[in-house]
Formats: sequence, structure tokens, C-alpha cells
Amino acid sequence: MASESEARGAILSSIRSALRAPAEHDDGARQAEYEGLPRGYKRAATLQGEALLALFTHRLIEYDAGVARVPRAQIADAVARLLGKRGLKRIAIADDLPAEWLPCGFQFEKASAFGAQQLDELEGALTGCAVAIAETGTIVLQNAAAQGPRSLSLVPDYHLCVVFAAQVVETVPECFARLDATAALPTTFISGPSATADIEMTRIKGVHGPRFLDVLMVE
Amino acid sequence: MSAPEHSHFSSRNFPEAAKELLADSQLRKNVRHATDVIQAKRNRVVAELPDWEALRDAGSGIRAHALAHLDHYLAEFEQNCTRAGGQVHWARDAAEANRIILGLIQRHEAKEVIKIKTMTSEEIGLNGNLEAHGIRAHETDLAELIVQLGHDKPSHFVVPALHKNRQQVRAIFQREMHLPELGDKPEDLCAAARTYLREKYLRIKVAVSGANFLVAENGAVCIVESEGNGRMCLTLPDVLISLVGIEKVIPRFRDLEVLLQTLPRSATGERMNPYNSIWTGVHAGDGPKEFHVVLLDNGRSPILAEAEARQTLKCIRCAACLNVCPVYHQTGGHAYESVYAGPIGAILTPQLHSMEEGRSLPYASSLCGACYEVCPVKINIPEVLIHLRGKVVEQDQKTLGGKLGFWNIGMQAAAFVFESANRLSMAQHLGQMGQKVVVSKNGFIERLPLMLSGWTQTRDLKALPAQSFRDWWAQRESSGSRPTNTAKEGRRGE
Repeated sequence: MASESEARGAILSSIRSALRAPAEHDDGARQAEYEGLPRGYKRAATLQGEALLALFTHRLIEYDAGVARVPRAQIADAVARLLGKRGLKRIAIADDLPAEWLPCGFQFEKASAFGAQQLDELEGALTGCAVAIAETGTIVLQNAAAQGPRSLSLVPDYHLCVVFAAQVVETVPECFARLDATAALPTTFISGPSATADIEMTRIKGVHGPRFLDVLMVE
Repeated sequence: MSAPEHSHFSSRNFPEAAKELLADSQLRKNVRHATDVIQAKRNRVVAELPDWEALRDAGSGIRAHALAHLDHYLAEFEQNCTRAGGQVHWARDAAEANRIILGLIQRHEAKEVIKIKTMTSEEIGLNGNLEAHGIRAHETDLAELIVQLGHDKPSHFVVPALHKNRQQVRAIFQREMHLPELGDKPEDLCAAARTYLREKYLRIKVAVSGANFLVAENGAVCIVESEGNGRMCLTLPDVLISLVGIEKVIPRFRDLEVLLQTLPRSATGERMNPYNSIWTGVHAGDGPKEFHVVLLDNGRSPILAEAEARQTLKCIRCAACLNVCPVYHQTGGHAYESVYAGPIGAILTPQLHSMEEGRSLPYASSLCGACYEVCPVKINIPEVLIHLRGKVVEQDQKTLGGKLGFWNIGMQAAAFVFESANRLSMAQHLGQMGQKVVVSKNGFIERLPLMLSGWTQTRDLKALPAQSFRDWWAQRESSGSRPTNTAKEGRRGE
């Protein structure tokens, strides 16, 4: 549209004139200014091992998420136990979810190609994650290994997420350092079940996203 | 550039609107409760971070840098968003933005759209415009849904319906969702909204959103939310249109490591809000097949011109300044009669309107500075308020009415008196004689006449002393001695 390119030019020139910016950009100066921005905040971990996992567990529980810890060999057993406890049978998974995570006796649907309507008929979703942040009790999902498209962990009412101890970092900046290489992928930060405090500031679990979130922490 | 247009702006000024709202005790109770709760939560999670001040400095630096090079970063964002399969549009004003969005929706022959809470769409009056063209916009944020179904206006930009309590919400839902049996527990109300909206998420093919951040480096868009309604809108439909103010761009992906720490803690008092979504363009097999970003100026670019004013655009819309403001605490958001309420609204609104609307808003503050202290990107709101008050006065002085107005003449007279020691001294003597008719027995002036009466409406004014300090000093110098009894007597009167 002609008027749109006209608008683009007009907005950019209005910005330049307000900033009294020179016609030529000085990329070097801008770069140097950016590099010089204050970065005095905490960017590295102070906790490790058990203390780190304990903080992550504590923060998840504060958000009303469930947490279970198992060794790697027992993932499938733990999945069976957690799903069984809630009586869930039909579970959405990403196409490339490791087969050894899946117990017998459940109906796991490779749901990446499912429409929202079909997903809505499933009872839960089982995914991995890309990274997890202990300080904020956050799991981060990307459209990558074992995680599938964003709708998977959104439409069904229950989400079970497998987190390996090595995926847990302490701080938000460490998380961004890990995500930097895959920043272009669709990414979702999930901190506890869906919630709102819109009515009288009372926190209610589960408005539109999954009402229940369990995290299976694998050592 | 044409004059910016904005929706639902009324001609009433802040004091008039506030006066009416102060009489609504239910509203004041609801606002007070909500702001108290958020503030307590915010203070708790902010105190947890020993590096909070360093995060504020970093956030302020990132936002100020982005604004100082806004043309560059917008062009970089456009290039990278386009490369990732997104389509970028530019809108100078509300009319252009409305036209672009309407055109996109009509191209897909959609009669309904789902919406994520977005201040920019309020700003351009999008819902009303779509309705006029036969398109129904469904708000999906719980609070926005309450506001929309209640035919109301938002009063806060993080919790827009905080002025309604559960009984009021129930009444709206019972009526609008035809649920006569609905209970008033927040759980019941949420469940009703879940059922009401889920059908729409699964059916409607076009969504409209705002955005919290645009990342220049890779063309990413970031949306922060709690309920999952945002995720529904930006992953399930075929087409997503995001309307975003031009100031929302940040240089790099990793800058989010600062802002995604300070925003949730400031906005809702959570360490992290339940959901943050970050995506670039379109991704095969995941989310919309078509993604549009509409970059909205609508009065923003001229704000960059002055250093004091420019910082206004650093805002990341956390609303911490609303929650902490003693004025907002009393009046709630509607008194500001603008999309953006509270201290940030008091500086943003008049500037977006080139100082032609909302001119009473820079005065809607006691300048206590609490807003500056909590601001996660360190906008010195009191400084901007004073700067804008100066502009209002300058504007007034350009009109004949303003020039001959009481305040201008009074201030000019005061300036004339204060410029010269002799004039000041003369004025003091005149005052000492003249005040006799208004000073009460207790030595206070309890009621000033005419235009000055406002000052004594809520406070008493101390009478001028029998002898001014300057007279006492002159006397002391001329007598060549230490303070005398008369001088002490003179001072006793003060």
C-alpha cells in the first residue's frame, strides 16, 4: 500500500528530527554505547547441585505445581503413577518424545499435527523442556526436542513436564544465555498453572491454560 | 504528520471527574483493596532480589538507549521480523492503524476476532471501529471481559477491572452469559469465563494483540500474561495481528533477561508471571500462518524531542506507579478520563495529545515521588510532571484569556515583587497592614477572600509576623549590637 510506505517514511523522519539524529548512522558509536550500558545485576549462579534443585522445587510448590523426583531409569514408572493418580488416559505428546518415557496402559497421541479441537479432546500433555529457572520456578518450552508445538502444553487441562537436573539454572540471565542460540524458535515461559488475580486480587488457578501442572525432576 | 486521534476522551478535567468518583465509596474500597494487595506482594518479591537497583539501572539504560536510536532499532526489527515471515505495517495515527487492521480482518472475511488485552487498541478505539464495520471483537483477558460485558471502561492497565468486586462481576456474567445460577466465588466466575471463551478460541480464526517487547536483533515479539488467554490467541488462530507502540522495541534478545525480571515483580508482585510467549514471524506447524505487526506512532515520536519528556517512553506498563500513588489510591483510574491512568498516564496522555488534551493531568499529583521510587525503568515522573506544568503555563500565556487570567497576573505580580528587595519589603509592610481584616484571634488566617480561598479551604495560614526577618536584620545591623529584646519580641510573633 502506497500510504503505508509513506507512513513508514513519515514516522522514521519524525523520529529522526525529534532525536536530531544525523543522516548517517554511526554504527560503531551506537554499538559502543550499547556495550557500555550498566549490567551490574546478578548474572551467574551462586547455588549448585542439591541447593539449586531444592530452590526450584520450593518455588514450583509455591505456584501450586506438583513436583516429583526420580532417577532417569524410572521416568516411565513415575509418569504412570502421576497420570494414574489423576485418572488420565489420553495424553498428547510431541512426535519425538523419547519412547522410554512412556509407560504401558495409556493412550499417547502424537499430537503435533492435531488441530486445537482434537487437542481439546485429550486429557493432558506430556513434554520435556528446554531449560528451567530455579529462582522463579519457571520451565521454558521451545518448539524443539520432546516439546512439540505451543498448543500442546496449552489446550489440554493437565501438563506433565519432564525436567532434567542439568537443565535447571538458577537465574533468569543464565536462562537467556542458554536460549540465545535457539532464540528464533517459538518459546514459552511457564511459571505454575494458568492463573488470574483479576477478581479481588484472589489468585485462582487455571483460567484458560492447563489448570494442573506437574514437574517430574530427573536426576 | 496529522494530529493524533484517541478514543473515549472527555472534556472534563481531572478535578471535576475525581470529585464525582470520590463519592463512590464502593469503588474507593475496591481500588484501595486491590492496590494494597499488589503493593504488598510487589514489595515482598522486590526485597528478595539484592540486585534490584542494578536491575533498575540496567532496565533504564536499555530503554533509554533504544529510544535514543529508535529509528535504527525499528528498521532492524522490521527487517528481521520480515525475514522470519512476519509482515510489518506502519501507522502514523489511530485512523491509519484502524484502517490497516480492518483491512486485514476483512481480507480474511472474519466477522469475529479474539483479543488479548492491549492498551494500544484502547488508545485507537479499535473495538468500536470494528463494531461499526460489523466485526465483533471478543476480549479474552478475564478483567477485560468483565469490562467489556459490563459496558464499562478499564481503570488500571494490569488489572483493568479492579474497581469491581465479586458480586458486581457475578451480576455482569449472570446477565451477559445467561447464567442465572452462577455463584460469586472467584472460582465460579473464572470457570464461567473459561467455558464462555474456550468455544471462541477453538472457532475464531483471527486474533488481535499488543506486545510487551519487540526485539530488534531477531525480530522477536514478547507477550507477558497470566491466564493463558494470550497463548490461546497467539497460537490457535490462523492470523495474528499485533498492534504495538513504536517505543516498545529493545535492542537484543538478551535484554529480556532484565525486563522479564523487573516487569512481573513490579506489575503483579510475582517472581515470574505464569506465561511469557516469545516468537519470531511464523513457524511452520506451530501457531498462526500469517503474522502482522502494526507499528503505531500516534503522537509518540514528537515526545522524543526533549530529554525530560523522552523518558516517558521508557515505560514498560507495569502500573507499579498507579498502585503506589496516593492520588490514584483515592480516585481510581476513571478520574483520569484517559486510556492511561495514574502517574504515568498523567505524563503520557497530555504528551500523546500534543498538550491539547489532558492538560489538568500533570497537576493530578502531589509530587511525592513514590512513583519514581518504584519505577522499574527509573522514569523520573515528578520531573516530567513539573516540566509539563511549565508547558501548560507557557501555552496559557500565549492566549489572551491566559494572559489576563488570575493566575498569570498573580504570578507575574509575584515575580515582579520578588525581583527587588525594596518591592518585597513594601509588599510585606502592605501585607502586615492589610491582613488585619482576615487574621483570627488565634493568629491564623482561616479564610482568604475570593480567588485565594482555595488555599484556606483545607488549611489555616499563619499570619505575617509584626516584624519581618529582614526588618529585624536591618535594625540589628544599624544598632550595631547583638540581638535586643525588641528583636526577640519581634521574632516571638512568628
